[in-house]
Amino acid sequence: MRDRHGIEAERLVREFKNGPRAVDEIDLFVAPGEIFGFLGPNGAGKSTTVHMLTTLLPPTAGTARVAGYDVVREGPKVRAAIGAALQEAALDQFLTGREHLNLQASLHGLSRADKKRRAEELLERVGLTLAADRKVKGYSGGMKRRLDLALALVHQPQILFLDEPTTGLDVQSRSALWVEVGRLAKEEGVTVFLTTQYLEEADVLADRLAIIHRGRIVAEGTPAALKAEIGRPTVEVIPADPAQREAVARTLELFGTPTTGAPGAVAVRVERESDLSDIVRALDAEDLHSAHVQLHAPSLDDVFLAKTGRSLEGAAEEAEQAVTA
Amino acid sequence: MSLLAGQVATIAGRSVQRTFRQPAVMIANVSFPLLLLAVNSNGLRAATHLPGFPTNSFLDFFLPFSFMQGAIFAALVAGTDLGRDIDTGFLNRLALTPMRGAALLFGQLGGGLALAAIQAAVYLTVGLAFGARFGSGPIGIVVFLVLAMTIALAFGSLGLVIALRAGSGEGVQSSFPLLFFLLLISSMNLPRNLISVDWFRIAATLNPVSYMIEGMRSLIIEGWNGTALGLGFLFALLLLAGGLGASALSLRTRMART
Repeated sequence: MRDRHGIEAERLVREFKNGPRAVDEIDLFVAPGEIFGFLGPNGAGKSTTVHMLTTLLPPTAGTARVAGYDVVREGPKVRAAIGAALQEAALDQFLTGREHLNLQASLHGLSRADKKRRAEELLERVGLTLAADRKVKGYSGGMKRRLDLALALVHQPQILFLDEPTTGLDVQSRSALWVEVGRLAKEEGVTVFLTTQYLEEADVLADRLAIIHRGRIVAEGTPAALKAEIGRPTVEVIPADPAQREAVARTLELFGTPTTGAPGAVAVRVERESDLSDIVRALDAEDLHSAHVQLHAPSLDDVFLAKTGRSLEGAAEEAEQAVTA
Repeated sequence: MSLLAGQVATIAGRSVQRTFRQPAVMIANVSFPLLLLAVNSNGLRAATHLPGFPTNSFLDFFLPFSFMQGAIFAALVAGTDLGRDIDTGFLNRLALTPMRGAALLFGQLGGGLALAAIQAAVYLTVGLAFGARFGSGPIGIVVFLVLAMTIALAFGSLGLVIALRAGSGEGVQSSFPLLFFLLLISSMNLPRNLISVDWFRIAATLNPVSYMIEGMRSLIIEGWNGTALGLGFLFALLLLAGGLGASALSLRTRMART
């Protein structure tokens, strides 16, 4: 039976020479067997955090324990306990998928028989058996990502770090990877630390998540709790007669705070989803007809907006501009 | 097999595989020195008429140059492969395994050494077929090959240093003119005592490449010259030790895992 330890970090900091504080005193707790989402735009500090937790980058200050071992003083023990698929699917274009697995297994000290067995097992699991003996340079982006995941699992790690594993993948490849990550956590008890800039990915996969912005954690909790805490549902109404727009807006304002909606729509942020039926009744009573009425549940983007003052998409663009400036 | 030896074998195996899977690179690297050998051993044949020239065959005199050039290509192959690994993040993948730094350095030299061995076999066969004669006999040929491989390893280690400092394959390839310049200002075309331009003769005398070439050349032209051979091995081993030491230091910065 494996020892059950997750990830703990306390006031973790990473500063780069002549640069900003990439990670600024973050605290993290990831329970064993949990899928933990680390959400933030490009340049927020996600990858730097992963590099510190996987021992590839020493922290400037603070402490972190991964699988029960200190990342600074017990690097080799940490590495033995973790698997990682980092942001770039780092593969050798001249080697085949099977050769990659053999190389990784050899360096982890697996016996010849175990190497062969593990390679077959993992190739089948990630759906690369037929492509196993083809050079990686002919693989699609999704195949490379799946091989990357298989390589991280060669030595059966108890904690898996996935740094933006689905960036650039098509919907089908993304879904396949989500299924496999979910299976690893639920069936094998692997702890997963997943960074992503996709709200949907964090929402679907993560048991809990933290939102990082400019090196600091601005929110942490289960997706449902975060949305319940911050996000309120929005009701959006498109009047059947555009001339009634003002009247519709006045009626809706009785139920909540006006907010931006789709073009041509009037929108208000309401307290609870049940307000929708009251709004419909009020519109009927005023003889105001609507072409379209919609209730939007709160999203993680609402959470991000509330905590940082901007949407995740906007923050990503801002980060990109900062990099190119 | 010890853990370190096993890791070196694994990394070297990959390095050799990569090298053999780039036939275009191999063909270019093997044929370019042969082309220069053919051109120079014919075009500069008149140099053998200079008073004091040690042999009447310019092929015998110039043959070691091909091996030196092969060593420079070994440096480029070993360095470029490592540079690409840094660039693509593959080094991080390796760093997350229990692989030791020494295994990476020695293993990465494998590909360059494999290329150097193929080049050596080709150059030796071509040289002998076109009339080169080893004054030191068959044992001298074996010692010659050992020296050539030591020099290839030494330059390979230099390639690793450049890769670790530059952090990219392109950075390594851009160092080729500098390495080639080292060859040009050596005693590759003329014995040092026959170089009449003072600064060139001084530069060639200060250039360790001259002694490596002269060590190999002595086995062909002179037979057994302990001083020339000793200096050839000495400078090759010094460069190898310096290269490995400097690359070990650079690796600590480049692979800053805890």
